[in-house]
Amino acid sequence: MTDVWSLYSEKVMEHFKNPRNVGEIENPDGVGHVGNPVCGDIMELYIKVKDDIIADAKFKTFGCGAAIATSSIVTEMVKGKRIEEALKISNRAVAEALDGLPPVKMHCSVLAEEALRSAIEDYLEHQKLKRQT
Amino acid sequence: MRRIYLDHAATTPTRPEVVKSMLPFFTDAFGNASSIHSYGQEAKGAIEDARTKVAELIGARSEEIVFTSGGTEADNYALKGVAYANEHKGNHIITTTIEHHAVLAVCKFLERRGFRITYLPVDKYGLVATDDVKRAITDKTILVSVTHANNEVGTIEPVEEIGKIAREAGVYFHSDAVQTVGHIPVNVDKLKADLLAISAHKFYGPKGVGALYVRKGTRLVSLMHGGEQEKRRRAGTENVPGIVGLGKAVELAGQEMGKEAERLTYLRDKLIKGLMEKIDHIRLNGHPTRRLPNNINVSVDFVEGESLLLNLDLEGICASTGSACSSASLEPSHVLLALGLPPEQAHGSLRFTLGRENTEADVEQVLEVLPGIVAKLRAMSPLLKSQK
Repeated sequence: MTDVWSLYSEKVMEHFKNPRNVGEIENPDGVGHVGNPVCGDIMELYIKVKDDIIADAKFKTFGCGAAIATSSIVTEMVKGKRIEEALKISNRAVAEALDGLPPVKMHCSVLAEEALRSAIEDYLEHQKLKRQT
Repeated sequence: MRRIYLDHAATTPTRPEVVKSMLPFFTDAFGNASSIHSYGQEAKGAIEDARTKVAELIGARSEEIVFTSGGTEADNYALKGVAYANEHKGNHIITTTIEHHAVLAVCKFLERRGFRITYLPVDKYGLVATDDVKRAITDKTILVSVTHANNEVGTIEPVEEIGKIAREAGVYFHSDAVQTVGHIPVNVDKLKADLLAISAHKFYGPKGVGALYVRKGTRLVSLMHGGEQEKRRRAGTENVPGIVGLGKAVELAGQEMGKEAERLTYLRDKLIKGLMEKIDHIRLNGHPTRRLPNNINVSVDFVEGESLLLNLDLEGICASTGSACSSASLEPSHVLLALGLPPEQAHGSLRFTLGRENTEADVEQVLEVLPGIVAKLRAMSPLLKSQK
């Protein structure tokens, strides 16, 4: 028998216990806000972009263990990535980076992907406006 | 690490005395109660002995007790049994929005098959209004089913008044008493109950066994057809060890529950008071006094229940939540929503249910650990900011 029975992989629990990049970024270049209180998960993702590269990422999350872990790992995954590379990060990649999620929790990885996409779209929108003015 | 189990509404450990009483019925006394020979009669005797004990605890006659595989089967049997045996009289059933799924899902099933179900609302404490029951009864009503006490928030319903109303209207009354039998006094005559569901593992008996009280003369069809066990009310070879264990658990509960309820009520109130003092933006769910002795249910603002549970589990404390995240449905607890909680508060709910092994030190440990966990999660919560 194993010593500890857990719903989640060790990697998920590690990120849950010690989430990386918690907080907000002052004057962010992009903010993603996804989820709603009804489904029980709300994620906010902040990015700072320099020369088309994501220089910093932070998050705030209201949600379950998987929601916190996927938020945490996605901030790690995007740091140092070019915008177009970051846009390619799928929910599967997020789940795989955590050594998998229970089937009922896969929606949390979808939420992390959506939060990232929403933050990048927010950034690109700002860029467009800047160019127009 | 010392583990503190505070989820006794989910299940309880089987007491060693109960396990001991069951063991001979797996091996030496393995007989089939339907057999004529001594092995069979030995098993039959043990079943009847358990039946008498269950009947005594709830003020029933032993022939009114039908053993089942647990609370869910007992609820299914009561509702489907009455519905299909009384179709000629009417097709209307009255229940509440805060019933256990073992009642609610059966009602949904019957609804799809032509029965009409009234789901009575509850107030902010989870209480059903007896006047609502009275008003809902029509000449087509065949059954009223109201839980004795809610499993999530612990609110004890006015079942005696509801039973009286149903009796006067000539309608059967069923009560899911899974959370109360073995914990607080339950008397089928006081409740005017015609049917009452019991589950052994909620009061230190084994899993997989329970009973339905069926008042003499109550018309209901069987769910299980086959042999003639349980006077043809429930076919299938009896779970003799389980039934014996249920009998032993009932016997012990009868001797001890008065004192134990008093002890648990003290611990319950100490934990509630401590939580209110140590954590801000927290509220009690359920009724402050009409409440199961072992139930503490709170909503912690700005944080989600499963992440609270996981952090508590890391500290060895095992509790429960009504958050959607703990289920496949993604819907928060129907009970908390029925009490009028907004979804984010339902998601932030935490239930502690005390039991025999718990001590004052366990309550103190929760009060020691939880404020830090709440602070940690609030620091990463986007909801807190929007409140400022």
